[in-house]
Amino acid sequence: MSSDPYENLSISTGAVAQPNTSLVNKTGSWRQFRPVIDADACIGCGQCDTYCPDQAAKQVDDQLYGIDLDYCKGCGICAEECPTDAIEMIREDS
Amino acid sequence: MATADSTPGEDTQVMKGTSAVAKGVAAIDPDVISAYPITPQTGVVEKLSEIVADGDIDSEFIKVDSEFNAASTCIGASAAGARAFSATSSQGLKLMSEPLFTAAGHRLPIVMAVANRSLSGPLSIWADHTDCFAERDGGMMQFHAEDVQEAIDHVLLSFKVAEQVNLPALSNFDGFILTHVQEPANIPTEAEVSEFLPPRDPAYTLDPSDPATMGAYARPEHWTEARYEVQAALEDARDVWTDAVEEFDDVFGRDYTEYDGMIDTYRADDAETVIVALGSICGTIRGVIDEMRADGELVGLVRPRVHRPFPAEQLRDALSGAHQVAVLTKENSQGFESALASEIKSALYHAEHQPPMKTYILGMAGRDVTSEDIKAIVADAETATDVMDFSESESWPQLREDIISGGI
Repeated sequence: MSSDPYENLSISTGAVAQPNTSLVNKTGSWRQFRPVIDADACIGCGQCDTYCPDQAAKQVDDQLYGIDLDYCKGCGICAEECPTDAIEMIREDS
Repeated sequence: MATADSTPGEDTQVMKGTSAVAKGVAAIDPDVISAYPITPQTGVVEKLSEIVADGDIDSEFIKVDSEFNAASTCIGASAAGARAFSATSSQGLKLMSEPLFTAAGHRLPIVMAVANRSLSGPLSIWADHTDCFAERDGGMMQFHAEDVQEAIDHVLLSFKVAEQVNLPALSNFDGFILTHVQEPANIPTEAEVSEFLPPRDPAYTLDPSDPATMGAYARPEHWTEARYEVQAALEDARDVWTDAVEEFDDVFGRDYTEYDGMIDTYRADDAETVIVALGSICGTIRGVIDEMRADGELVGLVRPRVHRPFPAEQLRDALSGAHQVAVLTKENSQGFESALASEIKSALYHAEHQPPMKTYILGMAGRDVTSEDIKAIVADAETATDVMDFSESESWPQLREDIISGGI
C-alpha cells in the first residue's frame, strides 16, 4: 500500500482512492480549542468517550482517559459532559 | 391471468403504466432492486416484488425502511458492481436527494423510474414536475416520457447510457396520468434486452481482495475536479444517448432518433407558434395542434425528451423559425420563473434568432389541462411580438384569484 492513499486517486471513476484515506486526513488540524485533561481529577468514567462525536477520547489505563488530538475537532462536548470538570478547553494559540 | 398480465416478451398488451414499467425492468433483470412504496409509484415496485417472489427473475429485491435507504442500498450495490434499479416519487425522491447527489459524484449508474408528483405542502399526491426539477442540479441524467411505451423504453435507454457515462439517471413519467392509465405497450423480450444491454463492466468495484476507498473525504484540491468530471460526463452523455437511440431503433424498431434523440417535435417545421412542454401533456397538445392546423393556424410542438443534459443545441435548431414560443410547464423555481423557461432562454442567448417567449405555469398538482386551456394559451402567445419583460412574459393561467388573499 502506498504511504499516501490519495496518490493514485481516480477522480474520473468517482474519486476511487487507496484504502485508509481516513488515516491521513488528520481532522484535528481544524481545531480552535484543545481539551486538556487534569489526570488527578479524571475518575476514568468514560463519559468523554461516550459523548465524543469523533471517537477521539480514548482510555489510557483503568483510571484515565486521553484525547487523540489528530482527530479531536475541539467541540468541547467532553468538557461539558465530564462529571468531575476534569477537562478544560484552552485556545490552540495559547 | 389474462393476456394483459402475462409474462414479459409477448406482443403488445394493454396494461397499467406501473405494471408495464415493472415488466420492462423485469426483462432487464437487474441484479438489485431496492425501493420503498410511494404513491403513485407504488405499483412499479409492488409488481417487481411479485415478479421476484414468483422466481421469474433473479434480482435481489432488498426491502428497506425509507427511500433514503433504498437509494443508499442501490449505491452500495452499484459500487459492488451490480446493476441497480429503484423507483420513487415526490417526497420519496426528496428523501433520496442526499444519496443521489452522492451517487452522481461516485459515478454510479443507478437507474430510477420517477412517477412525477408535486411536493408537499400542502400535501398533494397528483402529477407535476416539481419533484424532478428539484433534483436538477445533482449530476443525474433526466428523461421525460410522454406515454407508457416511452416510460418503458426510457428505462432501457437509461441503463444503456448510464453505464457508459457512469452517472445515475431519472426516468420520469407523469404520476397517475401515465402510472395509472391503461395503454397498449410492448414489453421487450429478454433476448432483445440482452442484445441491447450488455452486462455491466465497471472500471472499479468494491472488492475485498483488492481494497479501495470509494467516496473518500475529498480535500479541497480534489473536489472541484470531481464535479467538473460529472459535468464533462453529462456533456458526453449527449452523443452516447444519440448512439443509444439509434441502436434502440435497430433492436426494438421504435424510432426516437429525431433531433439526435434529444427532442421530439410535432408539426413544428413550418410552425409560427411553437409550444414547448414536457411529458404527458403533449398528448393533449398534439390534438389541439391538429384542430388549430385545420383552421389554418401554424402551430407546432417541441418536446424535450432529455432534460439533463439539456438539449440546448437541438432547441436552438427547432425554434430557429418560430415567431413566438409558448412554454407550458408544470413547475416553477419559487422566487423567479419556470426553470424550463429560464433554461430555454439561456439556450437562446447565443442564438441568432431569439423569438419572443411566454411562459405558462399550469397543470400543477394534477389540475386538468384541457384543449380549451391550450387554445387560449396559443392565442395569448400569438400576441407576443417582441422579447418582453419578465412580468409580461410569465403567467399562471389557471390561477384561481378568488381563493388567494393576495397579501402576506
